[in-house]
Amino acid sequence: MSPLLSWLLAFALGCLTLAMMLALARMIIGPRAEDRVLAFDCLYVNTMLVILSLGLIYRSSSYFEAALLIALFGFVGSTAMSKFLLRGELIE
Amino acid sequence: MSASTPPWVDALTGLLAATGALAALIGSFGVLRLRSFFQRVHAPTLGTTLGTWCLTLATVVQVSFEHGQLYVHALLISVFIALTGPVTTLLLMRAAVFRGRLRGMEIPVPTVDDPPAE
Repeated sequence: MSPLLSWLLAFALGCLTLAMMLALARMIIGPRAEDRVLAFDCLYVNTMLVILSLGLIYRSSSYFEAALLIALFGFVGSTAMSKFLLRGELIE
Repeated sequence: MSASTPPWVDALTGLLAATGALAALIGSFGVLRLRSFFQRVHAPTLGTTLGTWCLTLATVVQVSFEHGQLYVHALLISVFIALTGPVTTLLLMRAAVFRGRLRGMEIPVPTVDDPPAE
């Protein structure tokens, strides 16, 4: 791996980690429940991007499946929480 | 696999990854920084569209040039995120409007310009 690529990938990883911390801060201080769900949505997308860039760094294709699973279950969890906020129950 | 990719492929991969990571960082910064919920709900769109597309394109470029054959499996993630992101945002906004009206917030009713159909 060339030094330029490793430097740029380290930069991307640092940016995404900072983004995760910002979303986590909103999840902690969020005044209402919908703010926390929005922060969770942002957080799982950032986590998925971190895992994609880890797959670029270590050149392994196992990270792709992990990222796909995180995208899948993050959507399920986020939808379930929004639905719970809307109705007060999940299964009607 | 050793480092067998040409330098411009490395540069393209790194630039795409850095661009996507910067977009996600700006989106998360907006989530933390903007004032009300209805402003904040717009910010993560940056991360979910530009960030995901750039990073999956970087993966596609890297893996394809590493194996000498086109691999587009990483685009599955961005297609999935592009399909599911608006659904989550829509449900969340409806929940926020519902809960805001329950709390007595002033949320304007959407106006319809044309008369009803009957």
